[in-house]
Amino acid sequence: MSAATVTVTATASDARIPLRGHLRHTGALIRRNLLWIRQDPESMFDALLMPVVFTLLFVYVFGGSIGQALGGGQDGYVQYVIPGMIAMMSMTLSQGVGTGFSQDFNSGVMDRFRSLPIGRGSVLFAKITVELLRMLFATTVLMVVAVLVGFHIHHWGGLLAAVGLSAVFASSIMWVFLTLGVVLKNAQSVQAMGFLVLFPLQFGSSIFAPTKSMPGWLQAFTDYNPLSTLADAARGLMVGGPVAHDLWVTLGWSVAITAVAAPYAIHKFRTKS
Amino acid sequence: MTRIDKNSSGGDNAVTVRGMVKHYGETKALDGVDLDVREGTVMGVLGPNGAGKTTLVRILSTLLSPDAGQATVAGYDVLRQPRQLRRVIGLTGQYASVDEKLPGWENLYMIGRLLDLPRKDARARADELLERFSLTDAAKRPASTYSGGMRRRLDLAASMIGRPQVLFLDEPTTGLDPRTRNEVWDEVKAMVGEGVTVLLTTQYMEEAEQLASELTVVDRGKVIAGGGIEELKAKVGGRTLRVRPADPAQLRPLAAALDELGITGLATTTVDTDSGAVLVPILSDEQLTAVVSAVTARGITLSSITTELPSLDEVFLSLTGHRASAPQDTVPADTREEVAV
Repeated sequence: MSAATVTVTATASDARIPLRGHLRHTGALIRRNLLWIRQDPESMFDALLMPVVFTLLFVYVFGGSIGQALGGGQDGYVQYVIPGMIAMMSMTLSQGVGTGFSQDFNSGVMDRFRSLPIGRGSVLFAKITVELLRMLFATTVLMVVAVLVGFHIHHWGGLLAAVGLSAVFASSIMWVFLTLGVVLKNAQSVQAMGFLVLFPLQFGSSIFAPTKSMPGWLQAFTDYNPLSTLADAARGLMVGGPVAHDLWVTLGWSVAITAVAAPYAIHKFRTKS
Repeated sequence: MTRIDKNSSGGDNAVTVRGMVKHYGETKALDGVDLDVREGTVMGVLGPNGAGKTTLVRILSTLLSPDAGQATVAGYDVLRQPRQLRRVIGLTGQYASVDEKLPGWENLYMIGRLLDLPRKDARARADELLERFSLTDAAKRPASTYSGGMRRRLDLAASMIGRPQVLFLDEPTTGLDPRTRNEVWDEVKAMVGEGVTVLLTTQYMEEAEQLASELTVVDRGKVIAGGGIEELKAKVGGRTLRVRPADPAQLRPLAAALDELGITGLATTTVDTDSGAVLVPILSDEQLTAVVSAVTARGITLSSITTELPSLDEVFLSLTGHRASAPQDTVPADTREEVAV
């Protein structure tokens, strides 16, 4: 077999992408994802409405009775649940990376990206960055609603720290949803699967109500649920109270989830046919 | 297994494929494919749905890893040098598409940036290619609002941004109406004029004839024939004459007269009563002349006489003895063996 001329004219540096290249590629893809929002503003509805609807729902439907149990009435419940909402949204909105990714695969645009000389990571990082921006938007909406229903912002530093911690946790969870987006066939499956993960984690946590009254076996779960620790840490940062333990556990979870899910997502992304 | 002629003596192959194998479970998408595309030429890969054409293009554009075999594109190994390879190829196909939600201009600009063009150059290149593919008026509209032909032109423009050395066109006109198809063909011809090497997959003999200088016919993962277009046409029976008598009553006598000529090479003379014409497969211009003189000798008046290229199905019938298969066809392993000519 006469193998044809394999003239390797390129030097090794041609194969490696410099950091500036990665930033350029990621930037171009971030721009693309932002343009999506401009073309299709409806895609922001969930980020806009979810904080409004959930806040009103929980504060006015459950607020009175849970607040009574907490000993602070509805106003007390507002102070309790708003930090939890920040935690909840970090999880719920993270799903978007998975469904968006799945759509990209099915529309064929992902094949275009994968046939271009860019690092595969750029596509993933761009998606995560834009979702984090969406989350920031949703958090801003949430805080406006929160203040309107009576939430007191004690110190801005604590609020920013809570939002930052949520973003850290969200970016780790996004790798899990990215994996689902790569592995599952379509956006609907990603959403359905996401729901199965989200629901028990969100409600089996201290987001909406204190865990003290829950049965022991459930408490064992909620105590280790990263959404509980995230919600409790956010509470401590925004309203006051102990922070350190919950903060470290949440960061630990974030690091652990990222360490496992990110390489796996990138691997699956690379080898997907 | 038929191996196509190797024109590689000069070593100027833009694409070389050797023993390429890809299986999906039981299905052999590629079953030992060899292929050479010389620099600056257009290679047509002709085959029905499910023949393995798309799998081949996906491997050559690094979207898929083969199970066995090797391939180089513009001198780069598909497995060992994917990044360098991606820099010198363009891809347009059924799947590698533009972003529907983005305007045409934004699509091209984005790809320019992903190919490391400085902002200014990426902008200029987007403008230039929109102009060239007559899309300037639609530059600001989302690609989802484009017609089929515009979409395909944008796809082509997108694959040209990096000034590729090798262009893969995977069924570039499937699903387009004839007029739009001609537009796309013209664009492809213009690109070839600029010296790009093209590997084109198609289901249409006509498209292959329009664009390609050489042809590789694939079926069920194997190369079953290859060579120059003329060579191959001769092999599969060249053209079909469609002879239509002015008086429909003359149809049978005409068919009988042409049958007597005995020039039918591979297929036989058939009567198409729907269109009122006799179809005669011919191999040469001499045979065309013979048909005309036979008609004149019988004093039959004709309303029209046209030549047609063989359809893919006819090509397959003459090369393999079976009709082009659809991908859903589950072919038992034993009949699959027959395909290996």
